[in-house]
Amino acid sequence: MPAEENEQIGQAPLAPTPRAETGTRRDRRDAAALALKGVPHEPGASKPDPIVVVDDMLRQFGGLTAVDVEHVEVQRGAITALIGPNGAGKTTFFNLLTCFDQPDSGTWTFNGHSLTGVAAHRVARLGMVRTFQLTKALSKLTVIENMRLGATGQRGENVFRALFRSVWRTQEGEITDRADDLLARFKLDTKREDFAGSLSGGQRKLLEMARALMVGPEMVMLDEPMAGVNPALTQSLLGHVKDLREDGMTVLFVEHDMDMVRDISDWVIVMAQGKVIAEGPPDSVMGDQRVIDAYLGSHHDAALTEEDEEQVLAEAEEALERERAENEEAKH
Amino acid sequence: MLRPTGASIGDQPELVSTTTGGVLVRKRVALFLAVLVSAGVCLFGVGAGPAQAAGESIFGFLFQLKGNVRTSYPSVVVTAKGPGGFTGKAVSDKNGRWTIEVPRPGTFTVSIDTKTLPKGVTLTDPSKQTLKLPVLEGQDKPVLFPLGKSTRTIESKWSQALQLTAEGLRFGLIIALAAVGLSLIFGTTGLTNFAHGELVTLGAVSTWWISTGVLPLLPDFGGLQFFPAAALALLLCAAMGWVNDVVLWRPLRRRGTGLIAAMIVSIGLSIFLRYFYLYLFTGSNRSYPDYQSQRGLNFLGVDLAPKDYWSMAVAVVVLGGVIYALVRTRTGKATRAVADNPALAAASGIDVDRVIRVVWVAGATLAGLAGILLGLAQGVNFQMGFQILLLIFAAVTLGGLGTAYGALVGSIVVGLFVSVSTLWIPVELKNVGALGILIVILLVRPQGILGRAQRVG
Amino acid sequence: MDWTRILINALEASVGLQAVVFALAAIGLNVHFGYTGLLNFGQSGFLAVAAYGLAVTVATFGLPFWLGIVIGLVGAVLLALLLGIPTLRLRADYLAIVTIASSEIIRLVVRSVTFEGTFGGSDGRQNFAAGFYSLNPYPKGNYNIGEFGFPERVMWILTVGWALVGLSCLIVLLLMRSPWGRVLKAIREDEDAVRSLGKNVYSYKMQSLIIGGVLGSLGGFVYALGQASIQPDIFGTDTTFFAYTVLILGGAARVGAPVVGAMIFWVILSLTDNVLNQAIDAGYISSSIINNTQVGQFRFMLVGLLLMILMIFRPQGIFGDRREIALDAR
Repeated sequence: MPAEENEQIGQAPLAPTPRAETGTRRDRRDAAALALKGVPHEPGASKPDPIVVVDDMLRQFGGLTAVDVEHVEVQRGAITALIGPNGAGKTTFFNLLTCFDQPDSGTWTFNGHSLTGVAAHRVARLGMVRTFQLTKALSKLTVIENMRLGATGQRGENVFRALFRSVWRTQEGEITDRADDLLARFKLDTKREDFAGSLSGGQRKLLEMARALMVGPEMVMLDEPMAGVNPALTQSLLGHVKDLREDGMTVLFVEHDMDMVRDISDWVIVMAQGKVIAEGPPDSVMGDQRVIDAYLGSHHDAALTEEDEEQVLAEAEEALERERAENEEAKH
Repeated sequence: MLRPTGASIGDQPELVSTTTGGVLVRKRVALFLAVLVSAGVCLFGVGAGPAQAAGESIFGFLFQLKGNVRTSYPSVVVTAKGPGGFTGKAVSDKNGRWTIEVPRPGTFTVSIDTKTLPKGVTLTDPSKQTLKLPVLEGQDKPVLFPLGKSTRTIESKWSQALQLTAEGLRFGLIIALAAVGLSLIFGTTGLTNFAHGELVTLGAVSTWWISTGVLPLLPDFGGLQFFPAAALALLLCAAMGWVNDVVLWRPLRRRGTGLIAAMIVSIGLSIFLRYFYLYLFTGSNRSYPDYQSQRGLNFLGVDLAPKDYWSMAVAVVVLGGVIYALVRTRTGKATRAVADNPALAAASGIDVDRVIRVVWVAGATLAGLAGILLGLAQGVNFQMGFQILLLIFAAVTLGGLGTAYGALVGSIVVGLFVSVSTLWIPVELKNVGALGILIVILLVRPQGILGRAQRVG
Repeated sequence: MDWTRILINALEASVGLQAVVFALAAIGLNVHFGYTGLLNFGQSGFLAVAAYGLAVTVATFGLPFWLGIVIGLVGAVLLALLLGIPTLRLRADYLAIVTIASSEIIRLVVRSVTFEGTFGGSDGRQNFAAGFYSLNPYPKGNYNIGEFGFPERVMWILTVGWALVGLSCLIVLLLMRSPWGRVLKAIREDEDAVRSLGKNVYSYKMQSLIIGGVLGSLGGFVYALGQASIQPDIFGTDTTFFAYTVLILGGAARVGAPVVGAMIFWVILSLTDNVLNQAIDAGYISSSIINNTQVGQFRFMLVGLLLMILMIFRPQGIFGDRREIALDAR
């Protein structure tokens, strides 16, 4: 087994990290905000320190264009949200970035490595790990086995060495320790020996995220981390996503829940009909007329937030008010 | 049973033998081949089937045609030599017919003793006094020693190709009948039905049974004419499709049985039914009493029996009807909707269970019809459906899983390929060619000929 | 009815050649289907390649016995590669279709008159087992406990056969308790998830296909040597399906399941065979309903029913864990 793989075990960024304080969270958030401050609020804006760069990515199914992205960059160390109405091509874009699907044309890089034609598992080994919209907890494996599976560079994963327990026993112990730490952090330690299939929807999301961290990723891609999660777990999940940034990871996530997007993201990329139509910090993007049009012009399954609705209502009332005032003036 | 002929040890039960009785096993693929060979090679399709069902033989007719007058030559000596020092000898009867029973398949050398021919009668090609030819499992190998001056030009590759194309089309249409049903069932329920071949067999076996009236455990009622018998058989198949859905598959769907589990259940059903047919029907190959043999008709250089023409016509009409029903009728549209997205179809008020029931009944009837027509072409045996099951799968896969039109196109391609490929490869290996092509196409174009790429994940 | 004879026959069937052969075939399938979720419907092809590899090497080309074993094993590995390269990237049901098609291709080719000179046509091959029996350590004679027992040749093949079964089970046990086995089981659950964790799923599936195929091919050797003769039709699709029945009977994804499954399977077949035959001979069953030659057909109908009923009512088999199966419904 190549040496570089063995080394990855040691480099896990999660090993005894000081528990994230609210203070450091804010620091990281401020740092990300600072870095993104000078970035123009427009599609395809270039970032000071991009970890992912995409150029001219095109994916068609039959005659339907699912993804057609000219240029987009993702800032390192920040939490970036990918939003858009249903059918905007977000999941396809995710699949393309992580090489679970191949584009018809286009180039994209991760940490400067071109990912064109790279196998999906190599992308994960390079440090870009994803989760799935429909959770893929491995039902008939126990929670701890799910976690152990995530570790890379395992000697016992070679078929010949697998036969000799002594070769991989020590390493397995280390992996288990790391897995137990993560399980404790994600409050799944009580479920350690349960089959993953017996967990609730939210717990599976947590497990999937924790398992992804076992890989020791530099960038975590979350496909709808909040979908189907019991509201009681939402806050805890949000906290875990923020912790990823504290630990120095980059996060890109697809989400429909605007409150969550507003709460945790440093930057928002909006897609509609396969294209990136807007970019910017959450507050600026949500007021963007193009974004509102994109959502209203489609069968949106996620309602605009109350605030947005209020804003629209207020604007409408204001316009009505103005009109009435003008009419009154005309009468006089 | 399939006992090893060599040194065997102990009192071991046999490993899985596909049938009881070695003869029956050997009949498996060979019968179908034999029929095609006799259709293709034998220039006179009449009386080609000798009475005995078991074993292999070599036979032929010695005669000369002058206009419409046929002169047969009795008392001519023909000898055959084969593997294991076998020698056989036959003398032609008053119809000019000679038959040599051979002990086993293999390559045989057949010679005609020209001295025993009547004076003035000679071989068309004197160098062809001795012929070397293979005899397949269970085959009655026709051998022709053409006599008199050559009146017939040697069959060119082209006319041979034309003949094989026609036969391939006939076979393809038969496969299509079965494949469309299989494909519709797969499309609407996701089930890969390994017992579909047994529905094909049911059509043929029950037609044979009703038209002869003889079956073990049941009273002999004398039998009906072929057409009413076939109609009753189709009803039986339709009922079988209904029973399949109502008794087995719908309850399994309700239980949420997985697709792979369901596939294995269908394998169990296939094994059960196949050996049940063997138990009832025995292992022989039989023909419908009304269609033992028919004289070939030459039409545009293609030599097929009338039954072949009209069975092709029936298949075309029925397949046309199925397509019309799928495109135009309410149920047909509902079927396509269910195949596309069952949840959505259910939400929009379509009774999914009813649609699936209709598909099962229709699919089973179509399979039964395929069996009846296949029985006309090659005779009836207990595993005829199982023998073509893989070709049906190949057809459905080639067309793109789950689309009825794809299955149709795929079937024609498979039928033509199986038949026409015999121009270059030995007849006994033609299914190997078809299955090989299936694998290659999966490699190059996994979504099938007509399928489209879809989003993954 | 001679119940002693019936029971002794059943006992002999439980450890006999067939039980060994099907245990090995099913151990291979367990690696494929039970642990990795690969739907290999062409296991009989692996048995055929091994048996013919050995028989043709020795009987047709007159080469040594050990070379035949090596060629059979290499053949099984090559077959796995050949099947795996095009299909392991495709949907699961494609593997099923391609494997069943390949096993039929193998059977049709080896039984063909065209290649009779090499493979022996429908008569198959004989006279290749002398090298194996020359190694027999058992002196000539019968090795019986009461009426139960075998002659020395059978003792030898059964000793080797059960040793191979034990070794195969040990290998499977060690592998499945290792991180390697964990990856396989995870692939069975969801291969995209495994891919997203940086594992080369394609490579693991290929390794599984090869290992399961080679384990199954051991069954081909044991059968060929035990019978000292092979025929092509033994390697039909039914052999594969019977191996599945054996596996599901024991309970997929359990190390010992194929062994117990195979023993029970052959005991059931032996019992029905003997009881029915004796009942017919004794006139308890009218021969107009079923005669001696139809007993075999009846047995296979029973196998079909058994497979259906197991799959519907007890898919976890005898050893299976209800908890695991209950998860499927979720």
